[in-house]
Formats: sequence, structure tokens, C-alpha cells
Amino acid sequence: MQKTKQNTENKWGNLNYFNKLNIKNYSLTFLFLIALYFVLYLSIDKGNPFDYKSGIYTSVLISIIFAVSLNIAVGLMGQLSLGHAGFIAIGGYTAAFISKLLVPYNLPPFIQLIVVTLAGGILAGIFGFFVGGSTLRLRGDYLAIITLAFGEIIKYVIQNMNFLGGATGLKSIPSILDFSSVYFIAVISVVIMSMIMTSRKGRQILSIRENEIAAENIGIDINHVKLYGFALSAFFAGVGGSLFAHNVGILTPDKFGFVFSIEILVMIVFGGLGSITGAVLSAVLLTVLNEQLREVSQYRYLVYAIILIILMIFRPDGVFGKKELTIPRFINKYKRIRNNLNKKNNN
Amino acid sequence: MFKNFIEQTINGLQTGSIYALIALGYTMVYGIVKLINFAHGDILMVGAYTVFIAVSNSIPFPVALILAIVFCSVLGVVIDWFAYRPLRNAPRISALITAIGISFLLESAALIIFGATPKIIDSKSIPAFLSPNIKINLGIVNISMLTIFVIFITIVCMYILNLFIKKTKLGKATRAVSQDTGAAKLMGINVNLTIAITFAIGSGLGALGGVLYAIMYPTVEPYMGMLPGLKAFIAAVFGGIGSIPGAMIGGYVLGIIESYTKGYISSTWANPIVFGVLILILIFKPNGLFGKNLKEKV
Repeated sequence: MQKTKQNTENKWGNLNYFNKLNIKNYSLTFLFLIALYFVLYLSIDKGNPFDYKSGIYTSVLISIIFAVSLNIAVGLMGQLSLGHAGFIAIGGYTAAFISKLLVPYNLPPFIQLIVVTLAGGILAGIFGFFVGGSTLRLRGDYLAIITLAFGEIIKYVIQNMNFLGGATGLKSIPSILDFSSVYFIAVISVVIMSMIMTSRKGRQILSIRENEIAAENIGIDINHVKLYGFALSAFFAGVGGSLFAHNVGILTPDKFGFVFSIEILVMIVFGGLGSITGAVLSAVLLTVLNEQLREVSQYRYLVYAIILIILMIFRPDGVFGKKELTIPRFINKYKRIRNNLNKKNNN
Repeated sequence: MFKNFIEQTINGLQTGSIYALIALGYTMVYGIVKLINFAHGDILMVGAYTVFIAVSNSIPFPVALILAIVFCSVLGVVIDWFAYRPLRNAPRISALITAIGISFLLESAALIIFGATPKIIDSKSIPAFLSPNIKINLGIVNISMLTIFVIFITIVCMYILNLFIKKTKLGKATRAVSQDTGAAKLMGINVNLTIAITFAIGSGLGALGGVLYAIMYPTVEPYMGMLPGLKAFIAAVFGGIGSIPGAMIGGYVLGIIESYTKGYISSTWANPIVFGVLILILIFKPNGLFGKNLKEKV
């Protein structure tokens, strides 16, 4: 009895400890991100603009934005969306188009990148809002299908627009990115997304995943929250799309098909539907794996398919499930292990 | 003008027949296990490849067709056994993602085995009654033998399937399982066997549709199943998913819409318009034309 009470008190004590020292946690994460930036930055060969490492870092960061933004709709809101590539296409094409128009004005690259990225994100967000709005009545499978149809329509419409390059693609997009700017935008995006998801709005989004009807009954306006979630997810897909467009330099509509959406879905299913850090880690892992498998690219989708099926059968929540990996968590774990060791030594 | 219209309509009926054949598989599987079988489109690709291999090994076409249907039926049952059965009680989203995984698996397996270059089923081996080149004069328009055969075989299949569902004991079991799986189990129906039979029939019809599709648009390639699969799914949704006459009518309506778009607007807009139709149906009539209105359980 005494022991249980002690245990409970310890548990609550720990929780309070983390609540009180929130600033400490944030600053730890902040320091970690800065340190990571310098480690990565120093490992890039600056003499060579086509450095292999910097290419990989950039594509990993872009995949992280894709994965985390899709995770808002699928993992956290529980609405299976199969048209994410469509939003990426909207963001990418808008950004690339404006970026090409801005070339004669000779803006500083970083400012230009931020302007076009915001524009791409906002347009994609507006589309996300409309797609979300037209799917409010639908649940589950039907929602998956309607988002798939929207994604495909966007692809075909872009194909039929001649000023966007049509089927041959939009060429000569100015290269205004470097590793630092992508890192900055990616970190800011992920931080904003995770802050929203831990706010009141984020908890409302989570409540829709857990049980829509119950959420409605406790007074949450689920239509409003769903629209918000879809628009948020699409906005950051557009942001990622803009970076993607400037990274590859040429956009073709074929790239943004169903397969691309599935690639991102695999990332978040693998990392854990409902875990932001899980999505980040699996985006890193799968993108690097992708690069390694480039020579045997035809086996890549086979591997993807098998990963998906096995995960769904044996671990439907993904590797990380709904857990978040945070630095305080590691510290806590470390402390617990140390305490246990101390106890053993004392005994 | 009028002649063109008739020709477009007949074209539409032909593609519509194939969509209807494939949509039957979707509808039956959805009706019984409430799963959108994304891999169904790829089953028809497997069927087309089976005929291609059989024909190039000088097996006569009718035998090759039966072989493809049998092979795909078995494949459908095997997929159900390995991938879908462990997930019967899992959330719907897991089952859907597994189905997408199976679809990817079949596509990439075909890509690895056969390569990305499109193959063509040897036209010499296709018998006269299936040839797209032999035409029959019907007053104002010429119709190819293939068109007549496709429309005829679809209607026959539909009729037999309807008889099967309505009159036989197994059909009754299928209806019972789709209405209430638990109660059907209590009444002594072998649920897993019933579901396996549904998968077998659906996949067999899909294979037939796939072979006809491969003759109509004469290529066989790993991703050929994706688009007709999606369109057949749209047809199934149009008619009210889970309803067999609905799938048939949905297939024909969709085929005719597509054909008119290609004929009168532009062929590049055919796919977006078909997807747009899907979105409109889902927004205004989410249960389709013949769909049941399900109440939500709290």
C-alpha cells in the first residue's frame, strides 16, 4: 500500500517536473537542432555545389516535411488521405511558376525562396480546405477514394495547362536553395506543426481520430476542426512541394501520381501513425534507404510493399506507435537506469 | 453526325462492359468484407500476363483464357488468405493500407519478372470471334466482333452471377454473410469459405475483364491494371457499392461518359472528367444509385 502510494507520487512528481521545466525541454531541443545543423553543415563539401551529402540532406529534409504534413491528416486526424501528391504538386508548381516570374527582379535567394514557398503553401492550403470541405460527409474508405480522385484530377489538370509546361514539364526552375535554407524551413515547419498538435486545436484533431461521434458530443465542432486539419496538412505539403520543385529543377505532372502519395504514406505508416517524431525518423531512414537502393530501384517498391503488408498485419500502429521520441524522454530513461543501478549497488 | 454518335455509344458500351466486369469483383468483395480491394486492378494485369505467356507458349487462346481465370481466382483466394484474413477484425484503415501494399507487391513483381516494356498478345492467336478487325455491317455502322463478344459475355456473366446469388445455397450464404457475419456464423455458415468463394469469383471476372482489356488496347504492362481498376471502382461506387446490378449500370454509364468525352471534348480530359464524376457522386449521393442507406452506430 505504502509502496503503491510512493510509486504514484513519484509518477506525478515526474510529470510535474516536466511541466514546470518546459522551458528547459524546449531549450534542450533547440540546442539539439542547432548542434545538428552545425554537424551536418560542417560535413558538406562546400567546394562542390553538387555534393552528394548535401543532396541527400536536402531530400531527407524535404521528405520530413512531406511525412509530417501527411501525418497530420492520416495519423493524427485519422482521415486516410491518398491525394497528398496533389497538394505537393500545387505547392511545387505555384512556387516554381512565381519563382520563374521573379527571376528578373534579382531578389536575394533566401527571401525569394521564402516568398514563393509561402505562396505555394497558401494555395495548396486553400485547395486542402476545399477538398476537406467537400469530404466532410464521408468517412473511411470513401474519403480515401475521394482524396485519391482529387490528387489524380490535379495531376491531369496540370498536364492540360500549357503555361505550366503541360506533359513535358516545367523546366529551368531557378536553383535558389542551399542546405541552410532548407534546414531552416524544414525545422520551422516541423516545429510549427508539432506546436499546433500539442495545442488545444491539436487535441481537438486527436479527438476526431479517437472517436468522431464522441468528439461531437462533447461540443467540438468537428467540421471546423477537420477543415483546419486538412488545410494545415495541405499547407505544409505545399511548402514541401516548393522546396522539392527548387531542388529537382524540373517538374513533370507524372511524378505527382498515386505512387508518390503512397511513398509518403509508407513513411508514416512505418514510423507510427500518430507520432510526429516517428514520422521524422522513418522519413530519414526510408529516404536514405531509397538512395542506397537506387541501383536496384525496381526492387524498391517490392520492399515497400512487403514492409507495408507485414507492418499492417503484425504491428498496425507502426514501429513507434503513438509514442513521441523526445530528448526529455531519453534523459528520463537515462536517469531511471542510473537510479536502478545505484539501488542495485546500494543493496 | 448521327453515325458518329452511334459509334461513340457503342464504344462506350464496350468499355463500359469491361468496367462492369471488373466492378463486379469490387462490389462483391466490398459487400462481403467491407474492404476496397485495391489489388483488384492488378489481378486483371496478372490475368493479361497469364494469357500472354500461355499464348506465346502456343497454348490455344480459349484454353489460355480459362487458365488465366483459374489462376487469378486462386491468386485472389491466396491473397485473401495471407493478407486480408489476419485483418478481419482490425481497423478498416489497416485493411485498406494492406490492400494498397498487395497492389504494389503485384505491380513490382510483374515489373521485376517481365520488365517495363509493354507486351502485346499475339494477334494471330486471337480467334476470329474476338478479333477487333473483323467488322459486321449493321445498316449505318460497322461493329467489330470483339465489341459484340465483349458486350455479350458481360451480360451472360452478369446473368449467371445473378442466378448464383439468388438461387443457389452458396449465393444465399454470401448474402447472409454480407448482411451480418456474426449471425451467419451462428447459423452454421462457413464464413471463411464463403468469403474465399467471393474472392475467387470476383478475381476470375477481373481476369476475364483484364484479358478483354488487353485485346482492346493491345498492350500488357505492369501498371495496366491501375487505371481500369480505379475506373471500375468508380463504376461500383456509382451504382452503389455492394449492389451487383448497380455495378453493371455504373460500368455502362461510366463507359459512355468516357466515350462521349473522348469523342466530343478531348481525349486528354477523359480521365479528369471521370474522376470528377466520382467526386460529384460521392458528394451528392455517397451511397450510389442502388446503395443502401446505412445508419451510423454509436
